[in-house]
Amino acid sequence: MTTSVLFDAQGPRAKQRNILYTVVFVAAIAALGWWVYTSLDEKHQLDWVKWEPFFTSVQPWETYLWPGLQNTLKAAFFALLIALPLGALFGIGRLSDHRWVRMPSGVVVEFFRAIPVLILMITANAAYSEFTDIASDVRPMYAVVTGLVLYNASVLAEIVRAGILSLPRGQTDAAKAIGMRKGQTMRYVLLPQSVTAMLPAIVSQIVVIVKDTALGGAVLTFPELLASVRPMSANYGANTIACFTVIAVIFIAVNFTITTFAGWLEGRLRRGKKSTGAVVGGGPDGGVETIDTPKLVAEDGHKV
Amino acid sequence: MEAREIVFDFLEGYDLLGAFWVTVKLTVYSALGSLIWGTLLAGMRVGPVPLMRGFGTAYVNIVRNIPLTVIIVFASLGLFQTLQVTLGGGDDFEVINFRLAVLALSLYTAAFVCEALRSGINTVPTGQAEAARALGLSFTQVLRLIILPQAFRSVVNPLANVLIALTKNTTVAAAIGVVEAAYLMKDMIEAEAQLILISAIFAFGFICLTLPTGLLLGWVSKKVAVKR
Repeated sequence: MTTSVLFDAQGPRAKQRNILYTVVFVAAIAALGWWVYTSLDEKHQLDWVKWEPFFTSVQPWETYLWPGLQNTLKAAFFALLIALPLGALFGIGRLSDHRWVRMPSGVVVEFFRAIPVLILMITANAAYSEFTDIASDVRPMYAVVTGLVLYNASVLAEIVRAGILSLPRGQTDAAKAIGMRKGQTMRYVLLPQSVTAMLPAIVSQIVVIVKDTALGGAVLTFPELLASVRPMSANYGANTIACFTVIAVIFIAVNFTITTFAGWLEGRLRRGKKSTGAVVGGGPDGGVETIDTPKLVAEDGHKV
Repeated sequence: MEAREIVFDFLEGYDLLGAFWVTVKLTVYSALGSLIWGTLLAGMRVGPVPLMRGFGTAYVNIVRNIPLTVIIVFASLGLFQTLQVTLGGGDDFEVINFRLAVLALSLYTAAFVCEALRSGINTVPTGQAEAARALGLSFTQVLRLIILPQAFRSVVNPLANVLIALTKNTTVAAAIGVVEAAYLMKDMIEAEAQLILISAIFAFGFICLTLPTGLLLGWVSKKVAVKR
């Protein structure tokens, strides 16, 4: 028996009605499922021959899926590795007392957040081929990582800024009172405490990074997981649907693990006694909850 | 005048505004689609029917964790080329790809709309729902007349962020050959030796789309916010 403030505890008539809704809903889902089944069957996409390679042999995993997943994770890893310090730099830069540091940091961050990551990747790819002599087979990888770094560094900068702003003012005041300089206050007082508040948002950002690597496969010939669909379906008898299903499942498994970890982390940090309890939440598709400068995040409702 | 003509000479023969117009159309149609489907999903997730709640939760968790690129490419390779779903587009590849892109973007963005709305529903004080129930309103009436109007007003800002993310995500449609801004940009970069200028133009175009959206909806959100 579930209760909610939105509806009353169910009496016999409500229960009957719910059963009716359930039946109608099941019928609708079943109709959709039947349509999917028949149209798949008609095109012979459900034949065991098309699904068999994924279950009975290691070849598709060895040749396509595992290298693809490795590339996906490699690009995501490098992007995160470079974007984190860069983001911290710009996030702290935006909080600087000096106008000439604050303004340029703000402009850079807002600029790269307003531009689609695909545009950044395409530009980086063309720029690498025009101005550098990076070999053409690794160029897409460089371009993907560059695009991801530029975009995610600016998102991480916002997360860092929101995290630092989520600390009570008393922390800065106390640090000043014992004679710390600004740099010391940041290094010894603010950053260590705000990391706990930022961690869940940073971990959810990893999901966004992993998902965005797929752009490189679709547009820039970066041999990541999604890009393995075409050679695989060409090799195993046009089993497009089976290939997509397997790839989607792999993506879901990887990202669901990260999301669950982020959720667990957030719950743990919220309950934690050592932190301030303020947690910076992840926004839709990356980023924090608000786009303009004032009142940033902190999901516990207290205005930052 | 002379210098300007020489610098922007390479723009000749490219339908820049047309490409951005496709981007805008993709954004508007997908925004409407995802708003409707996302609201329905949110309704399912807070509703009294366990099966629908489960479906909503599963949908959001699955869709949020698949890259949009996979969904859009699947729409083209899987739905269209394998299953011959044309969405009433006839033989016109352009129309079909556009509609497939709108479908994929709507299905993907709906998961984020649903989550934003659900957090908005949580901000409505419990007294509102309790008072509505005390008046004898049914669940759909409570949701439609009392909760959702207040929830929508408190999530204008998060929804604006979803809309901005959607505007940027429409570029992914380039992967299935929809001639929108990113597609044209790739074309132009390959054909013209004006990399920096072309990139700057397209970056500026997107800033023109996303920045006013954020500012305008930020202002709207302050206007309509429920004072508590």
